[in-house]
Amino acid sequence: MITLTHYLVLTGILFSIGLVGVMRRTNLLMLFFSTEILLNAVNVGFVAVSKYYGDLSGQMFSFFIIAVAASEVAVGLGLLILWYKRNGSIDLNSLQMMKG
Amino acid sequence: MYEIIAFYIFSALTIGMFTIVVLSKNALYAMSALAGGMIFISGFFFILGAEFLGVVQITVYSGAVMALYAFGMMFFDTTRDVKENIKNKKIAYTLSILSAILILAILCAPFFSGAIQANYPSLQNTGNIQMIGLVLFTKYLVPFELAAIMLLVAMIAGIVLASKKMDLEEEMSEECDVVKEVK
Repeated sequence: MITLTHYLVLTGILFSIGLVGVMRRTNLLMLFFSTEILLNAVNVGFVAVSKYYGDLSGQMFSFFIIAVAASEVAVGLGLLILWYKRNGSIDLNSLQMMKG
Repeated sequence: MYEIIAFYIFSALTIGMFTIVVLSKNALYAMSALAGGMIFISGFFFILGAEFLGVVQITVYSGAVMALYAFGMMFFDTTRDVKENIKNKKIAYTLSILSAILILAILCAPFFSGAIQANYPSLQNTGNIQMIGLVLFTKYLVPFELAAIMLLVAMIAGIVLASKKMDLEEEMSEECDVVKEVK
């Protein structure tokens, strides 16, 4: 029998994979991919809790998280394209010009 | 029984796919693996009885978001391997330890809070999609409208940001024409 704990452990594993990506990657596109992994991991957790407590709020929250993720991608990719056209690189280290 | 088999297969596949995303050096491989992982995540939603979210996951993530990434990748040089040099290992280790503690707290939280009560308990004799419609258009109507406005803002922002330089190029080509005519 699969319990809530199974799903929460899976969520934790997926979330840590995403965190490893966020900390390890310096390419901005790959950072976006890792953010998607984080959001998806949280979605799984929300839906699992919503199922095991018989409450629909979790599913509503993951619905809104999907909407936020979609708009995040639209705006973020636009900014990324703009930055690439200006600098010819999407490495994080090329963003260091604000360093005093 | 089938639930257990499906759960373990899907978790293994998802973890494998997302590990490829995080560790792969090729941007195209990472994107394909991410698309696969998204579809396997929707499998969890179907197991959990959230059919609506499963379908939304496939259409929005594997359809729209991945298409956007594939479109964005046309602008970047993806055939080259991604070169990354990592400095500041101390910061990475500190952040890892802190996030590990955080995740432990998140995982342990349900065992200490037994007093969770359902705000919107599931109704009998109604399907998942019908229930979502009922709750979404009564209790969550304002967030739903706000999400719609946010998506509109994001769409306009995406169009404006991605097409900014194109106007500039047109102006520059016009200026070049003017210069040629003067000559």
